[in-house]
Amino acid sequence: MNHALLFSVFVVASCGLAYELIAGALASYLLGDSVTQFSTVIGSYLFAMGVGSWLSRYVERRLVARFIQVELMVGVFGGFSAAGLFFVFAWSSAPFKLALYLAVVGIGVLVGLEIPLIMRILERDLAFKDLVSQVLTFDYLGALAVSILFPVVLVPHLGLMRSALLFGLLNVAVALWACWLFREQLRNVGWLGVQGGASMLVLLAAFAAAGELTSLAEAHLYADDIVHAESTPYQRIVVTRWKDDLRLHLNNNLQFSSRDEYRYHEALVHPGLSTLPAARRVLVLGGGDGLAVREILKYPQIESVTLVDLDPAMTRLFASAPPLRKLNEDALRSSKVSVVNADALQWLEDNDDLFDFVVVDFPDPSNFAIGKLYSASFYRLLEKHLTANALAVIQSTSPLYARQSFWCVVTTLESVGLLVTPYHALVPSFGEWGFVLAGRHAYRPPPAYAVATRFLTADTTPALFLFPKDMARVETEVNRLNSQVLVRYFEQEWRQVIR
Amino acid sequence: MDRREFMVSAGIAGTASLLGCRGTPTPLPPGELLGASLALGHRLPAHDLAPPDSTQHVPVLIVGAGIGGLSAGWKLAKSGFADFLIVDLESEAGGNSRAGRNTISAYPWGAHYLPLPTREATAVRELLAELGVLQGDPRAVRPSYDERYLCATPQERLYRNGRWQEGLLPQSGVGASERGQYQRFADLMAAFRRQRDTLGRRAFALPMALSSRSAELLALDQLSMRDWLLAQRLDSPHLHWYVNYACRDDYGAGSSAVSAWAGIHYFACRDGEAQNAASDSVLTAPEGNAWLSNGLLRSIRERVGARLLTGALAFRVAAGSAPAAGRRIEVHLWLPDERRTLRVLTEQLIWAAPLFLVPKVFAGYPELKVAAGSYSYAPWLVANLTLSRFPDDRAGAPPAWDNVLYDSPGLGYVVATHQHLRAWRGPTVLTYYRALDEVSPQQGREALRDAAREVWAEQILADLERPHPDIRQLTTRLDVFRNGHAMARPVPGLISGAARRRFAVDGTNLRFAHADVSGFSLFEEAQYRGVLAAERTLRRLGARFTSSLA
Repeated sequence: MNHALLFSVFVVASCGLAYELIAGALASYLLGDSVTQFSTVIGSYLFAMGVGSWLSRYVERRLVARFIQVELMVGVFGGFSAAGLFFVFAWSSAPFKLALYLAVVGIGVLVGLEIPLIMRILERDLAFKDLVSQVLTFDYLGALAVSILFPVVLVPHLGLMRSALLFGLLNVAVALWACWLFREQLRNVGWLGVQGGASMLVLLAAFAAAGELTSLAEAHLYADDIVHAESTPYQRIVVTRWKDDLRLHLNNNLQFSSRDEYRYHEALVHPGLSTLPAARRVLVLGGGDGLAVREILKYPQIESVTLVDLDPAMTRLFASAPPLRKLNEDALRSSKVSVVNADALQWLEDNDDLFDFVVVDFPDPSNFAIGKLYSASFYRLLEKHLTANALAVIQSTSPLYARQSFWCVVTTLESVGLLVTPYHALVPSFGEWGFVLAGRHAYRPPPAYAVATRFLTADTTPALFLFPKDMARVETEVNRLNSQVLVRYFEQEWRQVIR
Repeated sequence: MDRREFMVSAGIAGTASLLGCRGTPTPLPPGELLGASLALGHRLPAHDLAPPDSTQHVPVLIVGAGIGGLSAGWKLAKSGFADFLIVDLESEAGGNSRAGRNTISAYPWGAHYLPLPTREATAVRELLAELGVLQGDPRAVRPSYDERYLCATPQERLYRNGRWQEGLLPQSGVGASERGQYQRFADLMAAFRRQRDTLGRRAFALPMALSSRSAELLALDQLSMRDWLLAQRLDSPHLHWYVNYACRDDYGAGSSAVSAWAGIHYFACRDGEAQNAASDSVLTAPEGNAWLSNGLLRSIRERVGARLLTGALAFRVAAGSAPAAGRRIEVHLWLPDERRTLRVLTEQLIWAAPLFLVPKVFAGYPELKVAAGSYSYAPWLVANLTLSRFPDDRAGAPPAWDNVLYDSPGLGYVVATHQHLRAWRGPTVLTYYRALDEVSPQQGREALRDAAREVWAEQILADLERPHPDIRQLTTRLDVFRNGHAMARPVPGLISGAARRRFAVDGTNLRFAHADVSGFSLFEEAQYRGVLAAERTLRRLGARFTSSLA
């Protein structure tokens, strides 16, 4: 019996610490500033535990039944703490802090009650010195176990919401176990058992549905309002809005902010296309948001734009949602534009159309699948689709943060016999960003821009082609399908940036 | 981690039933049980087939349209010699390099890669240059290869202890002393790779016929690969797993069954280099090596027209008896579609079918029958799994071309769509290989003959379910191909023995052109034997040609 109760101490202590960690992690996750969040959450929690310990003096009779009720309450409140807080935050961030500290204090008080009650139950059978030594030993052991499991196993594998529910289940399990252990002393064991069973069922149901709950709540985790969220077979598309700033995230990576995307898309399109007055046919690979197409359609002589993007959901979204259509100026609905939803590599292979200008705007080469779209084989295929005087422009990640990756794209384009002109522009949402122009003839920046621009001017354009010392060329290998060095460079470089 | 797995790992599996997590078992996906023309082949030795009802004269007859037979035909055609016919009992040429195809991809039914050719593999280089895959001078030390045929990164990975790692040598949890043995093994193999005898021959050349014959090296053919490792004080269990895996993968038999000469040959013969790839690269295609057999066939057709008769079982070979036969050889071909037998009289026979058939088909030739009896063959199984999408994956290294499972009865799987030029991993075909080496070859063949497709399908899915929990739900089709005599096993004594050499010598009107003549089944060996037989035949016939082997 005593061993069983001491084991309960271990479990109860684990759960107690777990709720504290979950609240702290959630607060820093949602509000930022983790030092403040953790220290205020831990402070309030410990204080509330003190309050609970003090309150325990007013529990005079039916200790076991009270302990079981406290456990059930801790289990349900603690178990649902993360889920509840997520939803409060999703609903509105203003009362979140209030809810957070109410939850922390409430759970803290209940957890504070637990250990004094257990000690008093055990007091009947143990000498004081053994009691204190044993109970506190298990208390601290439980804390140690959770503090290690929490970052290593629980958060990465279960997430906060499910971890909280799991500990809730453990608390309820302790309560049910206590019901059984003390079944002969308890007067209303049946009623307590029913309460425990019901709590268990509710928590289990929530645990089973936690996947749906998490995605529902995480959709609200972007600090801004969600305009659109959709999981397609290819990616997760999330569009957010904060005041006049629309943002597109693909797989949680920012693709553009409407506040400065004009810098990116002007820099992507105009330095190349402005030098090609004879261009009639344009190909855009990737870029399903239609923003590059918007820039291309500024040139009246362009007769057709073919946009090849893998994901039909992307092009559908940017052809239909009013705020996005406004942003791309209905580019995807233009009669000059034909949208093809296909794998760019496969499309280039199956198709033999020629183009005067090609925009290659793929996600950064963060894995071997996307890395293929930056390989010598891809550029060799691309070259076959260029008319004699054509230019292609390739978005090629940041020459500042991923210097070797950027110059690897340059080296790879050169390896297939193209003449290459790299340049860069500052896009505040991304930082310093790189592009590469490639063609069969030497490139010269345009003497003037014939179309309206907000960022580019003819006199500042030559500066885009100058690389300061910290972005200057470095030696790299050619990115081939059978080596994929670019993915390795990129992984190394961005890992350092994030650190 | 899914819910069920979490419950188990958290030690409260009892609650799993409460949650109703255990879904109903998914029924096995549909598919076919295929085999190397089992019914037709098992008619051998055939005494009950109809006597010939017509006779045809073919100056050079090639029996077997695998790589050996096709390469013989290729060399004849390239030399301007058109009077030959290739016959095969299967409905399609290619032998162990055949492939299948569905709406998602082509996929191999057997051999699926070719390492970068060595410098001495001149005929391989010549063929690759003709097919446009080797670019520039075919004899260059480091030629360029068409990137589409160079295996895309990542090439291989290993699933072990619940995680994928890059490369096949086990890494995590392997201690310093075992790593020391890895290094020593690598050093030994590198030394063998460089070693040449006093005549300048490589210790382990590819084709193997060009290897040194020094007594010290041939002595390696007298013990097993496993015993050789132990004699080198290499006892690391992980190294042994790796070497055993390599032997099973290449020879269909483990390291305690194959000779050290053959085992070392695998690691030490390949020294091909490329301008645009690492030296351990391989050439591959969605259809496996069928691009090579189809290339050979196309080359023949373009030069001399169709010279292939499929669905023809050569069931009797005898020194000519008819009065007009002279020194010709008489071959009886059973044509099951026409239900009749055709007598072919040929001046020169190139036998490019497996040697185990010799005792069942040849009349007379007693010493050849005895020699063929010293061969043993590995039973082998290939399955192609069609998947509606790429399966979920355990943590670690990303999907590779060759995906191997540690401590698995299988040899892992290759991804047919890996070489497709596309970025998105959509639906795919996985080709799963299994050498039935855990039992005797005879027992393995009996299992292949008797077990239903469902038995194999269940074993394969259970194996692949470990790294890919959702593979059952995704597999829309699972076809199984059985091959009871997939390849000769290079057991101790075979390579250096007299029996094998009996098939390697030149004859007056009969030559053998199959990888079996080398003792193990590699593309390079089959092609070498085919080209060599063709050149010897041309020489005998007094035709002019430029050797591909010099």
